[in-house]
Amino acid sequence: MTRSEDRLTAAFLLVALVALFGGVLTGFFQAIEHAGVDVYPSTPIVKSYYHSLTLHGVLNVLVWTTFFICGFVPFLTTRALGTRLARPGLAWLTFWLMLGGLLLAAIPLVGNAATVMFTFYPPLKAHWAFYVGLTLVVVGTWLVTLNLALTWRAWRRQHPGERTPLAAFMGLVTFAMWTLASLGLAAEMLVMLIPWSLGLIAGTDALLGRALFWFTGHPIVYFWLLPAYMSWYTLAPRQAGGKLFSDPLARTSFILFLVLSTPLGFHHQYTDPGIQIGWKLVHAFLTFAVFFPSLLTFFNVVASLESGARARGGRGWVAWVARLPWGDPSLAAQVLAMLLFAFGGIGGLINASYNLNLIVHNTAWIVGHLHLTVGTAVTLTFMGVSYWLVPYLAGRALWSRRLALVQVWSWFVGMIVFSNTLHRLGLMGMPRRTMIGAAPYVLPEWKALLPLVGIGGTLLFLSSVLFFLNLVLTLVVSRAPAPAVPAFAEALSGPDHAPAILDRWRPWLALAVVLIAIAYGPTLVRLALTTPFNTPGLRVW
Amino acid sequence: MATRKGTTVYLYELAWILPSFAIPVGMLVALVVTAFGAGIHLPGLERRIDPTKVAETPPFDKPGLVELAPGRYEVRMTAQIWSFAPREIRVPAGSTVRFWVTSKDVVHGLLIPKANVNLMLLPGQVAFAEARFDTPGEYLMMCHEYCGIAHHTMAGTVIVEARR
Ligand code: HEM
Ligand SMILES: [Cu+2]
Ligand SMILES: [Cu+2]
Repeated sequence: MTRSEDRLTAAFLLVALVALFGGVLTGFFQAIEHAGVDVYPSTPIVKSYYHSLTLHGVLNVLVWTTFFICGFVPFLTTRALGTRLARPGLAWLTFWLMLGGLLLAAIPLVGNAATVMFTFYPPLKAHWAFYVGLTLVVVGTWLVTLNLALTWRAWRRQHPGERTPLAAFMGLVTFAMWTLASLGLAAEMLVMLIPWSLGLIAGTDALLGRALFWFTGHPIVYFWLLPAYMSWYTLAPRQAGGKLFSDPLARTSFILFLVLSTPLGFHHQYTDPGIQIGWKLVHAFLTFAVFFPSLLTFFNVVASLESGARARGGRGWVAWVARLPWGDPSLAAQVLAMLLFAFGGIGGLINASYNLNLIVHNTAWIVGHLHLTVGTAVTLTFMGVSYWLVPYLAGRALWSRRLALVQVWSWFVGMIVFSNTLHRLGLMGMPRRTMIGAAPYVLPEWKALLPLVGIGGTLLFLSSVLFFLNLVLTLVVSRAPAPAVPAFAEALSGPDHAPAILDRWRPWLALAVVLIAIAYGPTLVRLALTTPFNTPGLRVW
Repeated sequence: MATRKGTTVYLYELAWILPSFAIPVGMLVALVVTAFGAGIHLPGLERRIDPTKVAETPPFDKPGLVELAPGRYEVRMTAQIWSFAPREIRVPAGSTVRFWVTSKDVVHGLLIPKANVNLMLLPGQVAFAEARFDTPGEYLMMCHEYCGIAHHTMAGTVIVEARR
């Protein structure tokens, strides 16, 4: 490990993995709570079910994802460009800023002074350090964007007229999209939550808080997902022994994500009062529009895997799947992640459907859904990436491929049990974010299914223990040298087939801003002008 | 050869782009038709209320059920940690009930699964939903948004009585 970039990636990954460990441990506690085993009276730090759930949400979807992405995406981007980061010093400053922010937020979070869930809806009032710390993490991600942009510009000067390599293009789109999308959260923090938690303003507003949160809260799922897609598009085809089917189509879908990810957050607020129905409908339309690049991705990635399987002798319409190199845990993890993601995508369409949403909103269905998407499509893919990235960074071979395969499959099976059960419980009307084991109203038909939540969750937890065990043993015991980093896949239809406009930034960013202004502008302006900020904060945990 | 390969890929691309476009559009049309056909009503712009003065603001100064006409009811409800007021609602089978609800403190929710009522209750906003209760029985009513340490105890019932 010589490149400073590699050490940086290692530092980000270390934080991410520690967070994930806390995330799966609290998840396990929650799952067995649903099955009737309440461990909270005897756990040291974790004070209550809701303290656990807040830790679980923050550690998994805010820390594990973000830190992994800030390590992995610059790593791939610089390799694809064949350069180093433009500002290594800034990159390290970014890391320390993000870690500092995280530790600051962790003090009230761990100390039960910020038990407000990872969505921190006001007027639940956390300690100021929680809001300030998270804001510093977000600012850090903007510095990553800056560094990537400067790196690309330096590369462009030396390679005028060349197509940006696909992985670098995707890395840049991911961070550009995120930076634009995170403005909502930044505004919520800077204008409302931080001054309020410091006592500078007396009140806050629940509706404006939710609107600003979901401005960022929906596109954040693409911030998690696009780096997984980067691996599916640029590495997995080669890992499968094939080629990327279509580079132009891949670029097109990423540009569409850049343009369409943000102006649709009201689909999280269909059941909120105070937002015009017409705007909710506009966001519903746009939500369906963003399904288009997802389908393009599905087709392109599956066709790429198929090319690999056929090159390995695969036949038939579906039977070729058997010829994928299933013995490679990194690829197996990604293919299984894709498979469950297909169901996650279908579920997502149901959530986004204006009317069906009334049945599932805030029920256990959503919990089932998000464990398929961020909990598997993203997490299992990142685990698959870790199976080559951690050995590479450590300079040692993975301790056990077989153990890794067991891990990957047990996550898959555990998740089917866990997620399917939660989907069904949601359809039966069981609410989410609820300490079900202590609720007085549990229906008999829920009771019959709840043990399966515990069983699925336990399997998932055991699977993640195997994951961490393998990585730790790789660091401590493994002596064999690390295999090479997977090479980028070639494309059947290459970048030269892609329209040149896909390489321009300004028109797409401008289009994204215009769409956001149309979809959000009128509502946000109305709320900014009419919101009284008269809701006092409460600590009710 | 290279170009031929390129063209084949291109044809496949097209063959996939079209359905990728058509599927979401088709679903969208289905959605709009069913949403309006079924008369699904989401909460919209109702009105603001001062969250610190809910108890003095009509109609929430007198939470409870009001009969508007035979078979048509309105319930004025407040949500507060960790209860609904009123906690129990009794109506005859076949009734239509309009819910006007607001929160006195933090964000709560109102979920009545068997009646398809699903609302976020925000302090400062009045939420509205309408539901029909045809089948006699007990309808569970729950808070479905985290609202503090006893969130899981926040529940109530709609009792639908058979008509004689
Ligand atoms: C061992 C693996 C895991 C188990 C057993 C588990 C279990 C659970 C359970 C039982 C709940 C929720 C309950 C409720 O609504 O009351 C939950 C919520 C959640 N989980 Fe997991 N989980 C696991 C891994 C993950 C991972 C890897 C992620 C994402 C990277 C994740 C993200 C979430 C999120 C975002 C929520 C919702 C939190 C909220 O409502 O604020 N989980 N999990
Ligand atoms: Cu969303
Ligand atoms: Cu509640």
